[in-house]
Amino acid sequence: MISFLSHLVNGLSLGSVYAIIALGYSMVYGIAKMLNFAHGDVIMVGAYISFCATQYWGLPPLVSVLCSMVVCTVLGIIIERLAYKPLRQAGSLAVLITAIGVSYLLQNLALLIWGANPKVFSSVISLAGFTLFDGQLKITGEVVVTVVTCVAVMLLLTWFTGKTRTGRAIRAVSEDKGAAQLMGINVNFSISLTFAIGSFLAAIAGVLLCSSYNTLMPTTGSMPGIKAFTAAVFGGIGSIPGAMLGGILLGLIEIFGRAYISTELADAIVFAVLIIILLVKPSGLLGKNVQEKV
Amino acid sequence: MKKIIALLLAAAMLMTACAALADEAFIIGSIGPTTGPYAQYGSAVENAAKLCADEINALGGVQFTVLGEDDQGDGELAVNAYNKLMDEGMDILLGTVTSGACMAVASVANEERLFMLTPSASNDLVNQSGDQIFQVCFTDSNQGAGSAEWIKANRPEAKVGIIYNNALDYSIGITNSFENTAKEIGLEIIAKSAFSDDAAADFSVQVAAMKDAGVDFVFLPIYYTPAITILTQAKAADYAPTFFGVDGMDGVLEVEGLDQSLVQGVYMLTPFDATATDEMTVNFVTKYVELYGATPNQFAADAYDGMYVLKLAIETAGLTADMSYEDMCEKLVEVMPTLHYKGLTGDMTWSADGTVSKLPNAVMIEGDHYVSAE
Repeated sequence: MISFLSHLVNGLSLGSVYAIIALGYSMVYGIAKMLNFAHGDVIMVGAYISFCATQYWGLPPLVSVLCSMVVCTVLGIIIERLAYKPLRQAGSLAVLITAIGVSYLLQNLALLIWGANPKVFSSVISLAGFTLFDGQLKITGEVVVTVVTCVAVMLLLTWFTGKTRTGRAIRAVSEDKGAAQLMGINVNFSISLTFAIGSFLAAIAGVLLCSSYNTLMPTTGSMPGIKAFTAAVFGGIGSIPGAMLGGILLGLIEIFGRAYISTELADAIVFAVLIIILLVKPSGLLGKNVQEKV
Repeated sequence: MKKIIALLLAAAMLMTACAALADEAFIIGSIGPTTGPYAQYGSAVENAAKLCADEINALGGVQFTVLGEDDQGDGELAVNAYNKLMDEGMDILLGTVTSGACMAVASVANEERLFMLTPSASNDLVNQSGDQIFQVCFTDSNQGAGSAEWIKANRPEAKVGIIYNNALDYSIGITNSFENTAKEIGLEIIAKSAFSDDAAADFSVQVAAMKDAGVDFVFLPIYYTPAITILTQAKAADYAPTFFGVDGMDGVLEVEGLDQSLVQGVYMLTPFDATATDEMTVNFVTKYVELYGATPNQFAADAYDGMYVLKLAIETAGLTADMSYEDMCEKLVEVMPTLHYKGLTGDMTWSADGTVSKLPNAVMIEGDHYVSAE
């Protein structure tokens, strides 16, 4: 029973990290209708910035997180401006390939700047954990912070897109770019803002990911990026609560699959579940089934 | 008109000069992952090979030119890199770095008769891929068997568990030979747990499996990157067994940002110790740090030894740089089993099938260096 609970806690923690990454994927897909495969690598950059801030510049952990948020947000805007904006009228395949290119570019730039050797990321979370059931179940500060952040981010994003003026403008752009522009909405600004938010979330995800699983390499972001993309599709890509639900379920399936079925087949199980869900419900768990009007 | 002729003549002279230079030096290819997830290993080999070539060239005598190519640890890319180097006139290949890629290249090189000395491809099958390939590092089965024997001799009461990577030839090879030897000598293994990818981030389940089974001695036949996460997660779960790694664990102390308390008391089997105080090690480590700004790991040491082994073999066989690579290969294959070389990674001799014989050395991490483990 205790081991079940401890797997549950670990699954929630891993799932929350996936969820935060998936929220970034989902936002960008929902508004710009493009899969930003470089998202995972922005996470890696975020973690490196935080690492540099604490290790080289001697800044306190919280300030390092702020640095990493600022750098990632700016990076997200630059990537959008340089790589994706010129392709706004191009086919989706061109954009997809560009996104993969940006992903490799970021990985190799990181390799040039920070080198190939892995770095150990010391946790930025100083919150002490606590134990339950006479010390049998230990919950670390990282787990608490990750889960709380994930829920907070989800609620804030839902509020932002639903209630604020800018958020509603972004949603209008996602429904119909042309009509939104005619209504006086600045489409370019809305899309840039979406990328900024996505990359901002990537910075948070990077710091949380590396606080829990502490080795940092230029390829650190790629696998969590792919899993989070899966989570976003699983939950219904474009849907904010869907991304969160997908992320957490994926984390739980991965950990429980590893614990009770096979440590080796965990990833296969994760992707098998995805295939089954998509066969039964092609738009994902919470995705809207939008009919294309002709 | 005169000017053009003069220029042409100058160019022609320059070209003959270059050709003469190329003919005097042996062109050594170095293929390994210098980008991608295994980049730290390939870069170490290429850096050390170049450093060593400069050192040897300064001595006069045999001259080396090292040409490096990236294969990302992938077989197909490695064969492409091999073909490119062959076009550039490679005489001997110091490589490749990873086992899978090495076997892919070895089968092609065996047919074309190019001599290979791999610094670090440790899989047992590497030597079987051709008669012209020799190793500087231990074979995986050597390491697995050596680890099991060490544990049986020094910790006979240990309740042993294994966490290994079943997507990596290196890890599987060591695990298999560890288990076989353990069975032979009566060392009991009570738990075994695998993970499937180097990018795997979460090891809480594997750690829990060890803890629940009552394991107090965890064998980690893996690279240090996942090992660091395993150590961290074990600490988070209040689980403190003895950890025992193999040569893939070497270099862990040089990882930037490492909380050293995490690795105190970790044992490993490694042929190279960067903190050793003998003249050869100090010279190598100082130069390497000066040039590349990082402490060399065991891969770098193997490559450095490999270059000196090539020098010794070339001198013993009486090769000259203008010979064809096929002739070089034939002579080198003959002399390799007769050589004896004492390098950074120990006393080495070779059997005719290409396996190196050297003593595995168990060390323990204490503070920021290794101490001999007893």
